[in-house]
Amino acid sequence: MDKTKYMNPYLAGFLLGMVLLATIYITGRGLGASGAVKSAVVASVETVAPAHTNGTKFYNEYTDEHPGNPLKNWLVFEIVGAIFGAFISGLISNRLKFAFEKPAGTKKNVRISGALAGGALFGFGAQLARGCTSGAALSGMAVLSTGGIITMIAIFGGAYAFAYFFRKLWI
Amino acid sequence: MGPLVPDLIGNELNLIVAFFIGIAFGFVLEQAGFSTSKKLVGLFYGYDFTVLRVFFTAGVTAMIGVIALAHFGLLDINMIYINPTFLWSAIVGGLIMGLGFVLGGFCPGTSICAAAIGKIDAMVFIAGSLIGVLIFAEGYPMFEGLYKSANWGSPTIFNTLGMSQSLFAFLLVFVALAAFWITTAIENKVNGISNKGIKISRMYLGLTGIAVLIGLSAFVLPNRKEFLMNELSDSRFLSSHQTELMTSDELAFRIMDKDQKLQIIDLRNQKEFDSLSLPGSSHFALENLLDKDANNLLSLKNKINVFISNDGQTAKKGAALAKELGYSDIYVLEGGINQFKNDILSFKLPEVSNNGLYSDTYRFRDQASKVLPDLIKENKLKQGAGTKKQVKRVLGGC
Repeated sequence: MDKTKYMNPYLAGFLLGMVLLATIYITGRGLGASGAVKSAVVASVETVAPAHTNGTKFYNEYTDEHPGNPLKNWLVFEIVGAIFGAFISGLISNRLKFAFEKPAGTKKNVRISGALAGGALFGFGAQLARGCTSGAALSGMAVLSTGGIITMIAIFGGAYAFAYFFRKLWI
Repeated sequence: MGPLVPDLIGNELNLIVAFFIGIAFGFVLEQAGFSTSKKLVGLFYGYDFTVLRVFFTAGVTAMIGVIALAHFGLLDINMIYINPTFLWSAIVGGLIMGLGFVLGGFCPGTSICAAAIGKIDAMVFIAGSLIGVLIFAEGYPMFEGLYKSANWGSPTIFNTLGMSQSLFAFLLVFVALAAFWITTAIENKVNGISNKGIKISRMYLGLTGIAVLIGLSAFVLPNRKEFLMNELSDSRFLSSHQTELMTSDELAFRIMDKDQKLQIIDLRNQKEFDSLSLPGSSHFALENLLDKDANNLLSLKNKINVFISNDGQTAKKGAALAKELGYSDIYVLEGGINQFKNDILSFKLPEVSNNGLYSDTYRFRDQASKVLPDLIKENKLKQGAGTKKQVKRVLGGC
């Protein structure tokens, strides 16, 4: 078998579903990703400008909900694990390589701005919707949460609606 | 019974668990091909629907798993985290994420996996997402209104739509299968491949067969709770689960003695429990005896569990159920709380006695009728101080 080939998507989906199910059975909560980004931001701002965090509502509400060190957080540990997991997967499938990936017809600067702006929008949207594709859409679907499923439809519906306008980026 | 957090797995260990779950999560995402933006956005341009296949299969698998575990009484659904629904922030936030998806080519989880194998574009995306969160944090007062509007609590989709859970799950599986079929056709057309459907191998058939069998068994067999509740209305079941009785006098003695082993399980309704509850008693409805809260209480070792109800009949059912569930040291208060009131609480010494001497029982009851009301009052004050029992859900979310 070709070592760099990806796994059958249905098998991968089944395995991902089992990982999510095990997570729910063991911990009572789902997977997530954007929460770890939030913890990283809160921890950075607390370190750089502690006085500022005390006076700002967002950080106060965050500390109320998550007392203690923001990095001692379930999602932070999960994401650190995910980095290891993806690295191991890349190692055994021979995909480890520093590379800037972009479609052939797209300029490098355009792809950089796209990734930066896309990341910012995703980070912002995930805060507003209380979760991203992992935490709200996928985990929300598993527990049949109304909010999670609405978010899922909005993410994919929105992506399809906007896809036409940004087709030059990709095809 | 799941979830294992927080009873079996403490908060510190949970973080270690998170790390290992993360390894599996990252590994599968990378193996599936989520570490390249070309594959991810392929979904929106019709040339690669891998994301849809993986995502939908995973969601459906986990959903069925959760339903099945709850069905067979292995997972307490009241304790798991259900993402809350804030209608407008879910829609607007979702649309913004959709825009971010086609612009950036990643979502947060996949960008982290891609960065882990060295994709520089993914690292730029992560930098962008840090900025996005920072903007939200700093501008929070501006967005707070939208963020907190239309709070629906934590409803489930089948309740919102007013259908049964099984029906919704069935529909979702059907939609997923239809989506797999249609998107494969679209993908082939876009990529110019003719006549290459989904290959059906023996392994797929075998797996599907097992899944269908499990699904059918779930439909045919009543769930564990319903099954046990039915058993309880069968007199043969009750007579095969005889429990020891405890007299009012013994119970009163143990309460006054502040017996640490004593656990009273009160099966009367909430109103009756609120107006008069014995010290050291916990209130449960009969069907809640299968929940995790009851499990935590009844599985304690070296305790004496006394079931009480008004006349003792419901308590007998509760005790039989507890025995069936494998708990030990189960007793039923003889005659229920009614007899307890007669025997103890409203006990009056008879006017006439044998030579002015009362039996030991009478003297005990006389004393108990004076001491117990104070203990009950004291207990009520303690409870009123704000220890209202509530199911604690696991905290979750992003």
